[in-house]
Amino acid sequence: MTLIAAFIIMPFAGILLIPFLKVYRRGIAAFVLLFINAIISGYFAVNGLVGEAFSYSLPGSFVTGEVPLRIDALSGWFMLIINLVFVTGGFYGLFYMKAYKAQQNNLTLHWISFLLQHAALIGICVIQNSFVFLIAWEILALASFIVIIFDHEHISTIKAGINYLIQAHFSIVFLMLGFLWVASKTGSYDFQAITTYSASIPASASFMLFIFFFIAFAIKAGFVPFHTWLPYAHPTAPSHVSGIMSGVIIKIGIFGILRMLLVVKTDFTMIGYLILIISLISGLYGVMLAIIQHNLKKLLAYHSIENIGIIGIGIGIGCIGIGSGNQLLATLGFAGALLHTLNHAVFKSLLFYTAGNVYQVTHTMDIEKLGGLIKKMPQTAALFLIAAIAICGIPPFNGFVSEFIIYIGLYNWLSDAKLVSLLAAIFSTAGLALIGGLALMCFTKAFGVVFLGTSRSKLPESYREVPFLQLLPMYILAVFIVLIGVFPVFFINLLSLPVSQFTGAVPFVPDPVRINAFSVLQPISLAAWLLILLSFVIFMFRKIIMGRRSIEKSPTWGCGYIAPTSRIQYTASSFVRTYSKLFAPFLQISKHEEEVHGIFPSESKYRTHPYDKLEKWLIDGPLKNYKSFMGRFIFLNNGKLQIYILYGVFFILAVLSIPFIYQNFDTFVEFLKHL
Amino acid sequence: MLSVLLIVIVSVFFTGIIFRTKSLASGRKGPGILQPVYDVVRLFRKGVVYSETTSFIFQIAPTIYFASVVMAMLVVPFGQSKGVLSFNGDFIFFAYVLALGKFFSIIAAMDTGSSFEGMGASREALYSMFAEPAFFILMGSLALLSGHTSFQEIFAALHIGSQISYALAALATFVILMIAMIESSRMPIDDPKTHLELTMIHEVMILDNSGFDLGLILTAGYLKFAVYGALIVNLFIGVIPLQYSIPAFFGFQFVIAVSIGLIESFMARFRMSHNPQFIVALTSVSLLIFFGVLLILQKFM
Repeated sequence: MTLIAAFIIMPFAGILLIPFLKVYRRGIAAFVLLFINAIISGYFAVNGLVGEAFSYSLPGSFVTGEVPLRIDALSGWFMLIINLVFVTGGFYGLFYMKAYKAQQNNLTLHWISFLLQHAALIGICVIQNSFVFLIAWEILALASFIVIIFDHEHISTIKAGINYLIQAHFSIVFLMLGFLWVASKTGSYDFQAITTYSASIPASASFMLFIFFFIAFAIKAGFVPFHTWLPYAHPTAPSHVSGIMSGVIIKIGIFGILRMLLVVKTDFTMIGYLILIISLISGLYGVMLAIIQHNLKKLLAYHSIENIGIIGIGIGIGCIGIGSGNQLLATLGFAGALLHTLNHAVFKSLLFYTAGNVYQVTHTMDIEKLGGLIKKMPQTAALFLIAAIAICGIPPFNGFVSEFIIYIGLYNWLSDAKLVSLLAAIFSTAGLALIGGLALMCFTKAFGVVFLGTSRSKLPESYREVPFLQLLPMYILAVFIVLIGVFPVFFINLLSLPVSQFTGAVPFVPDPVRINAFSVLQPISLAAWLLILLSFVIFMFRKIIMGRRSIEKSPTWGCGYIAPTSRIQYTASSFVRTYSKLFAPFLQISKHEEEVHGIFPSESKYRTHPYDKLEKWLIDGPLKNYKSFMGRFIFLNNGKLQIYILYGVFFILAVLSIPFIYQNFDTFVEFLKHL
Repeated sequence: MLSVLLIVIVSVFFTGIIFRTKSLASGRKGPGILQPVYDVVRLFRKGVVYSETTSFIFQIAPTIYFASVVMAMLVVPFGQSKGVLSFNGDFIFFAYVLALGKFFSIIAAMDTGSSFEGMGASREALYSMFAEPAFFILMGSLALLSGHTSFQEIFAALHIGSQISYALAALATFVILMIAMIESSRMPIDDPKTHLELTMIHEVMILDNSGFDLGLILTAGYLKFAVYGALIVNLFIGVIPLQYSIPAFFGFQFVIAVSIGLIESFMARFRMSHNPQFIVALTSVSLLIFFGVLLILQKFM
């Protein structure tokens, strides 16, 4: 109890304390408070994960009723992910925000919101009273809005922030509809009421109830077609916030979907297929758009959509496994999804922090202007490389482990007898393979263009590697990437309790299905070790041999051309040109071209702007129609105060007369008949 | 273990046979069959020249490329005998560990800052991306047919019985062979002996490599070809005892090498812009195999 009180007090302490500190201490104070909160919640989370589920009931008020706090293994897993990313992100942020120390008030607001964000996220994992849950959800939305618009002097930042705010509230509307539906029927805000209610209504109704929750959480998670806020919000936020948004805030959408799968009792097979289809589309569409982006952070943001898709594929096959009673499939699906949630949180936040380092020294995110950073920032480059290999799902790092589990799940699904599931399995496999190939293309492009070769524009004169303390949280994340890659068995065993919550198996009792499912990881671990060992041995051998050979330096072979400049390097656009031509039907790239005129070569220009085709159809189109429809009523908005007062009078009259008319409606009809 | 031994032996001769066939077909005597091995040994003895533009990536990339191919080789079985590593889903590991090598060879090419090497890198990334789904659908079909999910179990359980399954085996051979062509950058996707950097894929990516590193890359290339050849042979030798299957293995690899030599002598490379269509067509052939398997298992009811 005291610990819970302490947890709630910390953000308030932050609000009261941070504004009165010296500017360089504000971040540190926020970090210390955050760290204390992370330890408190981490203590409960670890207990939840090892099987000592925690349950406590806050008295609440007469509006909310009792507020049950329940920390089970699922909450525990997500709370640990949140804490890991927030602690590393907060520490990184201390250094990243140094450049903005002149903006004192802005920083105060930023750090307080950062603290609130963490408290709200943990709250969402814990609170099981729908009313209070919505309050936490709203705090998260508003706090995220404020941290996103830190750089609010740019109009694009404000636009991205408002875009996020509006879509976050769309999510809240759907969430509210779902909660109100249950609360109006049962009179209780407790999540357990949802379980009992959804079990008592017909399957089609409970499916609709789930759809409400699914849309709400899918907006947060960034599933296509609810993803359009994400590529704006992530790049405009400061880098540590981008890492956190991509690492955990979209994951809270995944948490919501998983929580609702536990809470709402409905037809799992149908939901499984729905999630699987949406996830495949998200995965493919996300990476297809990521490839053509010029802005490094936007590229990473689209990649988050792809990874949400991969997590969704895991959840989808898990649900189908539950629905069809295939325990092995359910175990593999949910284990893969939950592990990929951790994996993505780790390598995506690492990627955003490295992007932050790049921005800090070069002040640009346009990859066409970068190049050759590896020479002056070797550590940042190496960290980016590790995360890039991991995100492509390549061994020996962590991304491979979770994708491998999902693949195994899909291949095991092939033993199913039904034709529909066979087709779904084979197309999902092909989709996942294609996603992997596209991701490889995307990250070889990103790494190759940003860090390798030579600089494509004039970068600041003397940029250098960021200080070691700033790199420290990134190394911690990198260690996690490697550890999960080479010791997957340990991490998958941590997941046995959360997974058994879904499959209904008895946790910690040796369960043949789970043992069978997880046994595939032992050889993966061995293979990863072998790969690392083999590379190391060959490299050492090479080093010994090379010690005896002559080593020369010379310019890159230019195929006979002896005056190459950095401008003739392959650019990011040229690297993906064939791809963007082949995938043209799915992409929207506007081009502006000025050709060379006259006898002597004049300056020519070529610009491309990638845009989102779905956004054009789903957001821009309806918005335009809505605007033109509302434009018809613009005459009402004529600027005359007298008329406005008249509207007010009409409005009050209307409000007053509604109950009157409602009460006397029958009399009124009778009266009309009489006439 | 047996498979590794056989693959290494085959890789020694394989490229030499291709060269020899091409020489004979064009009316020359040509180098000895072991010439590619001599080339590699010579390269191992030479010093190296590094481009001034490159970083440590360029130096570690060939090592990791080579290691990835060796790791892929370790999971390939030979008929009933397992590979060094054999586990459920080892073919997923096979595809992804090769992707690791590809990743490094692509970024090593980008590291030189040369526009030609960037071009090769871009093509390599694109083509290997298209080849991926075909491989996974093929393995999915075989897994469905045999009810297993590891290379060795799948191959050991493959019984070539009915006429449909002969057709399937032929199609599967075609798919794996074409994937091998894409991965090893040979005709009709890529022409290793072209004289113009603009029209190369793999060769242009390693323009700046020299000495030991180039030797590693070449060796990895020889091994890769033999690895895919072993996969193809595995489709057929599941239940055949070793005294017949080993000669069959060598015979089959010899036939593949000679036919590659002949194809490269009498055929032109595809137009670069037609390559993607061709590779995507492989995916549909894989799907055809999948539907064939459904037909055999009588799932269309």
